[in-house]
Amino acid sequence: MAKSIDISDVNIYYGDFLAVEGVNMTIRAGAVTAFIGPSGCGKSTFLRSLNRMHEVIPGARVEGKIVVDGQDLYEPGVDPVAVRRQVGMVFQRPNPFPTMSIYDNVLAGLRLNAGKMKKSAADEIVEKSLRGANLWNEVKDRLNKPGMGLSGGQQQRLCIARAIAVEPQVLLMDEPCSALDPISTSAIEDLIHELKNEFTIVIVTHNMQQAARVSDDTGFFNLKATGEPGHLVEFNPTKKMFANPDDPATEAYISGRFG
Amino acid sequence: MTAPTAEVEDASANWAKARAGVGDKIFAGTALAAGCVILAALAGVFIFLAIKGASGFTKPAEVYGPHAESFLGYVVPLLIGTFTASIIALIIAVPLAFGIALVISHYAPRWVAAPVAYVIDLLAAVPSVVYGLWGAFFLAKQLVPMHVWLHENLGPIPLVGNLFGEPNPAGRSVLTAGIVLAIMILPIITAITREVFSRTPRLHEEAALALGATRWEMVRMTVFPYARSGMVSAVMLGLGRALGETMAVTMVLSVGFDLSWNIIATSSPTSIAANIALKYKERSADLLNVLVATGLVLFLMTFLVNFIARWIVGRSERRMAR
Repeated sequence: MAKSIDISDVNIYYGDFLAVEGVNMTIRAGAVTAFIGPSGCGKSTFLRSLNRMHEVIPGARVEGKIVVDGQDLYEPGVDPVAVRRQVGMVFQRPNPFPTMSIYDNVLAGLRLNAGKMKKSAADEIVEKSLRGANLWNEVKDRLNKPGMGLSGGQQQRLCIARAIAVEPQVLLMDEPCSALDPISTSAIEDLIHELKNEFTIVIVTHNMQQAARVSDDTGFFNLKATGEPGHLVEFNPTKKMFANPDDPATEAYISGRFG
Repeated sequence: MTAPTAEVEDASANWAKARAGVGDKIFAGTALAAGCVILAALAGVFIFLAIKGASGFTKPAEVYGPHAESFLGYVVPLLIGTFTASIIALIIAVPLAFGIALVISHYAPRWVAAPVAYVIDLLAAVPSVVYGLWGAFFLAKQLVPMHVWLHENLGPIPLVGNLFGEPNPAGRSVLTAGIVLAIMILPIITAITREVFSRTPRLHEEAALALGATRWEMVRMTVFPYARSGMVSAVMLGLGRALGETMAVTMVLSVGFDLSWNIIATSSPTSIAANIALKYKERSADLLNVLVATGLVLFLMTFLVNFIARWIVGRSERRMAR
């Protein structure tokens, strides 16, 4: 299920503007990889290029190779829709579909892929996904209530359930806890630990402690200078990154002595 | 040292005073007044129609003549004419308008979408007399072959065939009037739906795309549910305009009082609004009362249709909110 991602010489542009330059890394299968760095350094842009979501913005394009399971995502002929079915995503703010019930939200992705399915099979997937997202016990009695009625943290876990219901190979998370309170954040972090057995997880976070707590590998992105493109400064196992980073800039950022 | 102290005192004095009041009060007052004016205008129109029209319901039979003997006999063909033309207009305009709005908001690149949106808005600025002229003297003639084709090909089919009886040789049928109305109501429906489509939260659209939805699936999952209420409003505004439209129908339709299902007939009942425009100059006091009474019927019917549509939308929303 979980697959590694090989990234070589990736440049990301918005029109003529080079947003992220020269990224090389290997994201390990079945591990959690965190991206940290200051705002505007391109880490979210880079994350979104991993499932071609950045293409939603007109003029956005990618040079270089991003290979998942032997398949280059940017080869001509590759359908971004197919990519996104393999590489799921959870967003900064919880975004369950407002007109759908909890039940329908979980099945939304599957209904796109599989069309009609048996009620019993659907029930099973909903339970499995909600259990996978640690939400089952809280919502099992109100599956037909709207997803928007849940708390922020529950909504975010519902979004995770919706993403894992389609059984992607990779799960991307773009600051999944930034809109949540500490208790909900802790629930999601626990969940990330459990999910990494099944999925390759890539998470962008502004919270350094969170990166240290949940991730196995960490990438530090930074701008070379104001107005210059963002780039990957350092990519190392999280333990090494936070104890003994290779790059002085990384150490400065992590210890709070920025610049 | 004295100056800062004074400032602090000023600040604490401001704390106690209600500082903002004036602007807020003016705004609240204006908003309330505007709301009241609308209600008053609506009530005023209704009262005028009711008072002036009340006697129109029960006039001697000759006032309703030559085609009818009672108010009911007079107004029912007109109501049917009104709704037939408007429904034809909606059937043509609504899918087209939604399609155009969707192309503008979600499919076309920006350099195409902006001019197209502008041109559609321009359509709304054309006076209805011009549409009427165009419909009567150009479009009707162009549509004659279509009338013949519809009669020959769909006429023999049971049930549906009833709609396509003997065609109007000049093309000046309810169908033509409906098509002209469709073009007239297209801009307003397009403009409103375009606006609500483009207001769909990016977050919802991205949620659908990230699950591997194609663009159309994304539209179905996020844009339509989000815009549903606005889409109904747009259709209702379009319907309102179609029901109340006078000039286009007056000029295009060859008027008669034959009640039939045939929408391409030589003579069909006209619409209430067009009938008022045609007849009010004759102005016998009795007939004027009758015309106002038909206006009252149209007013109430429009109100009813709107109410039902709102109720349907509200019902599905309430179901979700439970």
